[in-house]
Amino acid sequence: MAKVKAAKVKGKKFTFDDFELILLSLPTVIWYLVFSYLPLFGLLIAFKSWKIQGNFFESFFASDWVGFSNFEFFFMTPNAMNALRNTILYNLVFIVLGVVIPVALAIMVSNLYSQKLAKVCQTAMFLPHFMSWVVASYFLFAFMSPDKGVFNSIITALGGEAVDWYGPTSIGYWPLILVIMNIWKTTGYGMVVYLASITGIDATYYEAAVIDGATKWQQTTKITIPLLKQIMIIMTIMAVGRIFNSDFGLFYQVPKGTSQLMPVTMTFDVYIMQALKTGGQISLTSAAAFFQSISGCICILIANAIVSKIDRESAFF
Amino acid sequence: MAKTKKEKPVLEGLAKFNRVSMPMNILFSIIFIIAALCCVIPLIFVIIISLTDKTSISAIGYSFFPQKWSLAAYSELWNNREQIVTSFLISIVVTVGGTVLGLFLNASMGYVLSRSSFKLKKLYTWIVFIPMVFSGGMVSMYLIITQFLYIQDTLLVLILPLAVASFYVIILRTFFQTTVPDSLIESGKIDGASQLRIFFQIVLPISLPALATIGLFLSFAYWNDWWQAYMFINEKSLWPLQYFLIQIDRSIQAMINNAQYIGVSAVELANRIPTDGMKMALVVVIVIPIACSYPFFQKYFISGLTIGAVKG
Repeated sequence: MAKVKAAKVKGKKFTFDDFELILLSLPTVIWYLVFSYLPLFGLLIAFKSWKIQGNFFESFFASDWVGFSNFEFFFMTPNAMNALRNTILYNLVFIVLGVVIPVALAIMVSNLYSQKLAKVCQTAMFLPHFMSWVVASYFLFAFMSPDKGVFNSIITALGGEAVDWYGPTSIGYWPLILVIMNIWKTTGYGMVVYLASITGIDATYYEAAVIDGATKWQQTTKITIPLLKQIMIIMTIMAVGRIFNSDFGLFYQVPKGTSQLMPVTMTFDVYIMQALKTGGQISLTSAAAFFQSISGCICILIANAIVSKIDRESAFF
Repeated sequence: MAKTKKEKPVLEGLAKFNRVSMPMNILFSIIFIIAALCCVIPLIFVIIISLTDKTSISAIGYSFFPQKWSLAAYSELWNNREQIVTSFLISIVVTVGGTVLGLFLNASMGYVLSRSSFKLKKLYTWIVFIPMVFSGGMVSMYLIITQFLYIQDTLLVLILPLAVASFYVIILRTFFQTTVPDSLIESGKIDGASQLRIFFQIVLPISLPALATIGLFLSFAYWNDWWQAYMFINEKSLWPLQYFLIQIDRSIQAMINNAQYIGVSAVELANRIPTDGMKMALVVVIVIPIACSYPFFQKYFISGLTIGAVKG
């Protein structure tokens, strides 16, 4: 990424072209300053005791520095530890399944005899990617509504007892439900990415392998997967960088914000959003957000460093 | 390796020989059919529910085979059209406006980054790259929008924050680098065109496929967004459809909780509460434009994802 060949133009003066290009990009640069870099600066409020006095900057300078005390308070709230644990555990599962399942399916779909079937199935599996979590929550509700849902209809028809899916008694099901929902929504996307790499593999590799008597399984493990390695690593590094983030839609909208389910649905983002919506506690929440941003950034750098130690070519940057 | 005509049947034969076995193919096919059904059935089910009569829902619940079909849910939707039409318009305005603005912002940055002679290229690459690994988080974003820009409860808050993404900028940069030849831009310059003119009159017209890709990414993102409204919009007249869908559930809960205080009888309450069918009908209205259009645009999406997945 950073390996830009700018050396050639070094020393030359700014040309009129450069000014024009700067002018052309000015709106976007301003956008970046306001919506990306100003919030980065805003992370510093984690070290302040926030009080509102006029606009953002006035409040910023009026608030006192308090060192790490916001973090102490934040980590003392029992919810915070719970949110931390949930966020990391869910993300670990998502990262592993988010590589394994799409790669397996992409390899399988590339081996189907019927190209038409492959195309149709792939299109169908891409559908959830285009649905918002709000819509997905209604999809799920159609199946899991306690009094009208299909699941309970089936259970009672089989002589079982209806389950109160959104109630405190079903808390044990929710980690599984959330994982399934996440797979449902992201698999199609991952499949497309990996399938594109698979179709890009030079067919002569396989021809040579067949002539040498390699089985299909050997071709998959010795040719396809090694050639997919780089893209798999990039996708994983990106996911690792978001290990402290979570999809608020998945963890809040899908369980319909049910407070009894919070022990298993509370993640950092749910915690922060709830605190923001109920107002106040800006300092405490900003400590959570600071922790989230910095650790995410550190994670991605570490992951990349490890990968580049092992194999320079596969590193992301 | 050049494949002559003679070699072709041999290679085809080879490809036929080098396939998974028939039982494997059947197994894979079954897996994919099931997976595809899992992805599509929820949508079909919601459509069925929206077409199910109230009496059937209260008798046997949501079912794939309702006892009685009806369009009542849609006429109920029509009776509540005041808010729905408003929300629909907001969604359209945000989607169209956001896509146009986003296309300009991302494409101009992508173009500037793709010019190898640009003096600030290194700095700009960092400007785009850093937000990909390091974000300011929600709290400072919230404070900046509400206490610095003061754009909460305006259309701007639904549009601006989603307009630019480094991912889009990089896709466009890669596209401009690989498909817009330097000689074309040079010849434009020799003819006396300014960079701005070259961008708008030469580069953009020949980059329509890439613009289509990013335009699709943007418009689907805007249409599906509820988060900005959830955080920053209170004004009912600015609710996009997705947020209205969230609010319907809330308002039902509130109505039930407050019924006894505001003196509404049970019968009146039952009439006033949106039925399940109506909620599902609203879901259908939101989803159908996407579900019907994405299969046709899929190839643009895939080409975008493929470029984007290439190492920046």
